[in-house]
Amino acid sequence: MTTATERSVPKPVFTDAEAGAKEFPDSRARRFNYFVPQKRKQTHYEDVTVEVQPDPRHYLAQGWLYGFSDGKGGYPLDWTVLKAWGSDRPEPERGPGTGGQGYEWPAHGWHEFRDPNEEWELSLYRYNANVVRQLQANVDAAKQAKAFAQWNPNWVRFVQQHVGAWMHVDHGLGLYLFANANRRGPTNMHNTAIAVNSMHLIRAAQDLALYQLTLSEEVEGFDGTAHLETWNSDPAWQGVREMAERLTATGDWAEAVFAANVVFQPLVGELFRSQLVMQAAPRNGDFVTPTVVGAEEYDFSERDLRYTRAIFELLTNDREFAEHNSRILNTWLADWTGQAIGAARAMQPLWSQPDAKPARFEDALDRVKSRFAGVVEDLSLDLPKELER
Amino acid sequence: MSRQSVAKAHQKIQELSWEPMYHQPVSHYGTDYTFRKAQKKDPLKQVLRSYFPMQEEKDHRVYGASDGAIRGNMFRQVQERWLEWQKLFLSIIPLPEISAARAMPLLFRNVPNPELHNGQAIQMIDEVRHSTIQQNLKRLYMNNYIDPAGFNSSLRNFQNDYCGTIGRQFAEGFITGDAITAASIYLTIVAETAFTNTLFVAMPAEAAANGDYLLPTVFHSVQSDESRHISNGYATLLMALADEGNHQLLERDLRYAWWNNHRVVDAAIGTFIEYGTKDRRKDRESYAEMWRRWIYDDYYRSYLVPLEKYGLVIPHDLIEESWNQIWHKGYVHEVAQFFATGWLANYWRIDPMTDKDFEWFESKYPGWYDRYGKWWENYNRLSTPNGHHPIVAEDVDYQYPHRCWTCMVPCLVREDMVMAEVDGQWRTYCHEACRWTDVEAFRPVYQGRQTPNMGQLIGAREWETLYHGWNWADVVSDMGFVRDDGKTMVAQPHLNLDDPKKMWTLDHLRRMPNLQSPNVLLNQMTEEERAAFHANYIKGGPAGRPARD
Ligand SMILES: [Fe+2]
Ligand SMILES: [Fe+2]
Repeated sequence: MTTATERSVPKPVFTDAEAGAKEFPDSRARRFNYFVPQKRKQTHYEDVTVEVQPDPRHYLAQGWLYGFSDGKGGYPLDWTVLKAWGSDRPEPERGPGTGGQGYEWPAHGWHEFRDPNEEWELSLYRYNANVVRQLQANVDAAKQAKAFAQWNPNWVRFVQQHVGAWMHVDHGLGLYLFANANRRGPTNMHNTAIAVNSMHLIRAAQDLALYQLTLSEEVEGFDGTAHLETWNSDPAWQGVREMAERLTATGDWAEAVFAANVVFQPLVGELFRSQLVMQAAPRNGDFVTPTVVGAEEYDFSERDLRYTRAIFELLTNDREFAEHNSRILNTWLADWTGQAIGAARAMQPLWSQPDAKPARFEDALDRVKSRFAGVVEDLSLDLPKELER
Repeated sequence: MSRQSVAKAHQKIQELSWEPMYHQPVSHYGTDYTFRKAQKKDPLKQVLRSYFPMQEEKDHRVYGASDGAIRGNMFRQVQERWLEWQKLFLSIIPLPEISAARAMPLLFRNVPNPELHNGQAIQMIDEVRHSTIQQNLKRLYMNNYIDPAGFNSSLRNFQNDYCGTIGRQFAEGFITGDAITAASIYLTIVAETAFTNTLFVAMPAEAAANGDYLLPTVFHSVQSDESRHISNGYATLLMALADEGNHQLLERDLRYAWWNNHRVVDAAIGTFIEYGTKDRRKDRESYAEMWRRWIYDDYYRSYLVPLEKYGLVIPHDLIEESWNQIWHKGYVHEVAQFFATGWLANYWRIDPMTDKDFEWFESKYPGWYDRYGKWWENYNRLSTPNGHHPIVAEDVDYQYPHRCWTCMVPCLVREDMVMAEVDGQWRTYCHEACRWTDVEAFRPVYQGRQTPNMGQLIGAREWETLYHGWNWADVVSDMGFVRDDGKTMVAQPHLNLDDPKKMWTLDHLRRMPNLQSPNVLLNQMTEEERAAFHANYIKGGPAGRPARD
């Protein structure tokens, strides 16, 4: 005779532990109550990001617990020379009987920043997954349509060398500027937006590299490694390269983000991507490259520039340090604009390489300058005279 | 993408890295380790073209399950005993996750192999995923579980309270100090490789047994990223081992990281799994059994020991001692008893143990009742206000413990407590290993060797000191653990929400004697008093019983 032994599994129990089952103090208090939302109602984005990175100036009663060898812990505000209101107040002192009260939330103006793109995990995976799927589809469709066969040899050379070289800019800035800076901002909202920016760039670099891989397979004589030589020694690229390297060598996180997204991307990045590649490609029978480069252009102009603007607009309108910040930002602007214009001008020979020429270099440069001037104006900063070099 | 095309794509993206010619990238973080530059393989072989859609697909499953849980009225079957502890756990865990993201750049300049940086950047964004998906889960609990108190004030609570402080080590240890100690040994080699199994696999299983299948859905999804991170850590560790000069530092850091993780993670997760569950089937694994399997066998025997042949000095003694603490010295029980003693300083409700719980504990940990049974009976007796104080101020044969200055869990296994005068202050430590961490490891010189990049333990590390001499009602108000009627406490030592008279309020606390900081008192003692105090303290226990002469 066999006996059926009962399997040992936890039994479901009716507990009625759902919202609204009972009335008692706090039974309806269903929102995070430790921060003030930017608008009237708190957003989903705010709920999943705000206050995850603590700050001893408001709540962190026992202070930071682990420090670097100099004794500084957490996220020191002096990792940038820019300041938000309240930054100069000392951290509350703690000792026997002091209690744990800090300054009233938010304690300083850095906490007022919200990413206008409202990036968190759900949004960032959805967005980037869509981009890579769309790119893959574009390239596959082009393959099937034999679209690459129309390219003339000069254009093939242009894509393998120059479009290829840009991947190094994306990769270098993505890792060593933006990923690096995700440790350095004063709030979780800064650092999360910066981390997302980093992934845009690293993805764009890989998009270009994989595009090159496809072209090596599809286009007769396409040299998939030509971009290395161009990046390493083509004089037209050395200004860009030096600037990219200097950006990654910048210690102040806010300066690095500002110089990259307010100066370098509009004056050099958009000049190359929008004014050169996207203009020249169709005339040379290439309808695919603009979609690859355009994805990155969209990342920057519609997302990365937006959050960057929000960070710096707060600082130039700060109720305590507007003048201090504007003075420093204007200095940075002058310094980096001079270098960006130099890098842009060094690229001029690229304009004469395709068979079918894009718009004149000077016209292209004028267009990005006026776009740049608009960004600078939005931030209430001064247009630097270095722009006219 | 097919496997073959991923491999080819991965090969191709190796062309992306380049050597700077004009300016070196900024080097913000120091280490005393040295690395030789050598051609390395990226252990992840992950390209973003397949990574992003893969993660999006995982998200679909998680959010689909979330919708299903709400539509299916999951909260009608969730055990409050369990979900109350999630108020603590989910207030802690998003910070370690995001800190792991922030830790990745500590490695860029110090591990000079660009092949590894791709994997580190992916780990960075994985961790952003973990942090925000966990915040989102907590938000869902707040909106749908019967008692939102403690969820709704989660991040303020976590930052103000002593349990938060214990948990914060698990985050701050990743992002400060010597870059390799922090981001590699403490984070990836010990926290992720050893302890995420208990965090993200054992704990979700217990959640499911208590009617909550959302926590497992979210945390298994998180854990599925973890094997990549473990590979990152392993690659870095092998590189560190290649340089003989690092061996002494590796030995130091493994000792510190192992012991600290044991102290902190076993305290928290052990308590959730043993005291937060209603599943008392005798054949369900105890935390000790899980620990033996996941940590002792899978991590220690299978992962660490094989590294010995590369010159890694493994802290065999501390690993055996951790087991000894869990199995013979009741570490988890001592911690749970302490959390319940101090229920009034928390922001969740702690359910009393019943006869059924007692029976289970006795069968899993023979001798449990003799040690802890009486105290839990007292906890039950004192759980609703009836003219008496909360248990911490009643005579229940329990001596309020001193804090460990290093791990910030109190010195609960009384016989192990050690003291030292450091930087002008008398400090207590829960164990010799915690004394060593503060007095010897976190110093600019280690065993005669200059370690200028080693971090420091900083901060106001004993919570009680902040409130020395305060009335308990003011303490709880100061931390903000009060419900929206302005007087009922968030914390309660029972789960009864039906009868307002059974809920503790600030008024009950006003009548209590003031809070005293054990450390302040210790520092006021004379030399002789202190020696006598120590001799007496270490004769106390188990279960917090004062020494009997
Ligand atoms: Fe994680
Ligand atoms: Fe300790």
